[in-house]
This record gives sequence, C-alpha cells and structure tokens, in this order.
Amino acid sequence: MIRTFFCTAACALTFVACQPTAKKLPIIGEREVVQKEIEGKMVADTIYPTIPKFEFLNQDSVMLSDKFFDNKIYVANFFFTHCPSICPTMQRNLLKAYEKYKNDNRIAFLSHSIDFKYDQPHVLKSYASKLGVDNEQWQFVTGTKAAIYGLSDKYLVYTKEDASVPGGYDHSGYLVLIDHDKRIRGAYDGTNSEEVEKLLADIDILLQEYK
Amino acid sequence: MRLFHIFIILGITIFSLAYLASCHSNLNIETAQYAVNGQKLYTTNCQNCHGAKGEGLGKLYPPLTDAAFFKDNRAKLSCMVKNGMQGEIIIHGQVFNEKMPANPQLSELDIAYILTYITTNFTQSDSIYSHQEVKEALKNCN
Repeated sequence: MIRTFFCTAACALTFVACQPTAKKLPIIGEREVVQKEIEGKMVADTIYPTIPKFEFLNQDSVMLSDKFFDNKIYVANFFFTHCPSICPTMQRNLLKAYEKYKNDNRIAFLSHSIDFKYDQPHVLKSYASKLGVDNEQWQFVTGTKAAIYGLSDKYLVYTKEDASVPGGYDHSGYLVLIDHDKRIRGAYDGTNSEEVEKLLADIDILLQEYK
Repeated sequence: MRLFHIFIILGITIFSLAYLASCHSNLNIETAQYAVNGQKLYTTNCQNCHGAKGEGLGKLYPPLTDAAFFKDNRAKLSCMVKNGMQGEIIIHGQVFNEKMPANPQLSELDIAYILTYITTNFTQSDSIYSHQEVKEALKNCN
C-alpha cells in the first residue's frame, strides 16, 4: 500500500517535472552503435534505421523519389484502392490529417499501393480525386511487388499477397511518421481514432524540431 | 373530496395518454429492436466504407443519408446489400460510380436489421424493414 503510494507519487512528480521541457518523439527501430574516428579520437556513434532511397510512379505517371520528401516530415501508409477491409477507415483518418495541414509545405503524405496488378497510375489518380485530394501534397504511388513490399519492411508495416483474405492482400493499417532524416518517429493504427488523434498531436511536436 | 379524486384520476389519464402519444411518434418497440441489432452488424459489415455516421467518404463511398433515394429504391436495397452493386447512382445530387462488394455472409434477417438501422438512424424514417419484406425483395434481384 505504502509502496503503491510512493510509486504513484514518484510517477506524478516525474510527470510534473517533465512538463516544462519540450516533448520529443522517440526514434523508432533497432539502433546500431559504431566506433568512428573523429580528429584522431575514437568515438561511439549511434546509427538509427532510415527509410532507404526509392523511386515510384505516382498518380500523375511521374517518377516520384525520396527527394520529394527532403526537408519535410511525412506520413506514409500502405493500401490498395479496392480494399474492402481496413483501408477506407485508414484513408478517412489520414484525410483528416491532410485537410488539417493542407498547403502546409512542411508536411506531406505518401500512400503506397500494394496491389501492383490493378492500381495503375490512372486508377490511383481517380481514387485520389474522389477521396478529395487535389494537390501534390498527398502522393499515391505504385511499383513492383519487390520494391513496394521490400520498402514496407523498412516502414515496419506488414504486407502480404494473400488470396484467402478479402481483396486478396493482407496488410497492417499503420500510419508511419517520418522525420527530415528519414527516420521513423511514430507509428499509429490508422483504424483507431484515438491513435489518429495522437498522430495529429505528434505531428505538431515533430514540426517543433524544425522551427 | 370526491371531486379531488376525479381530478387526480383525470390528471393521471391525461398524463398517460400524452406519454403514450409521445412514444408513438418515436419508433415502435419492434423497429427499435431491429435497429439495435442492426447497429452491431453495420459496424462490422458497412462502417469501414460508409462511416460511423453514414457519412460516406468523398466521392468514393456514398453517404447513407439520402432519404429520397431509400424511398425510391426501397425494393432494391436488400439486393444491393446482399449482392453488391455497380454502375452510376445519384445520392444527394452527386454522382457515385464505384463497385460495392457483395455480402453473401448476411442472412435475410441480418439485412432487415441493417436496413432498419440505416434508415432510422441516418435518415428520419420510422419504418421497419421486416424479415418478410427482405425475403420477398431478394427473390426479385436482377
């Protein structure tokens, strides 16, 4: 009983103590520590996993690369246009973020289609405009199975072609927040409105780092 | 004293009648039951696309709030839910033209529950889609 009280008190104190300092988002993924020589001295350097370079066709049939997202933060996800399960909810929620930050060039959005057979650029274009996306801030891309599915691993998002699930593709509905250094700073269940609220709050926190 | 009793009885009668009348203007008990059962089924089978409030999503998925559409297409609604649909439809004056998937897993009664939930919650309809009505409608799907 007394222990519980002290624990609670300690927690409360920590919480209060933390309040004044600006909150920072964690860097997600397994980090690696390497020894580096700087001015003749060996120093330890921590390397965080990053999203590698990529190049995909977008909804305008134009090659879009990681360069588009340089000096921006962005939110990425994986979906397909005729997905009957989680995608509509996930895209409805991401649309909230898009509308909130529309025309704010510090932030962009990137949806990768995992249906490499059907979701050609014109299909993505029609989908995007019907969703209500009318500028280049939210990109929809398609690529080879190897490229898209390989990259989803880097975003820590599960994707799989699976004939036994509705729509033919299985995947998780995470919205992944990426910083200027292409590091993962948060992952949010795009079908859960509380987590989407947290994403919106975390976007503001991350934007503070680049003021 | 006797007059006083009469007043009380009269008062109670008027009150009860008023109460009953107000009940009547809402849903009757069976419709309400159908709608409650329909809510759960709606969440599982329909909400992803059509939204928690039946608001739809952009021009991809139509909202389920057009009372006139429901009225004009009453006989076709059961088939739409069961077999899906494609082709152009106009909802609130807006054209939608996407394919809706079929829902073969839903029973006749499930569909009656769902349609009752949708029309009483997202439009101001107070009418029930009975099991019998859905059964008949499904016989005449194209």
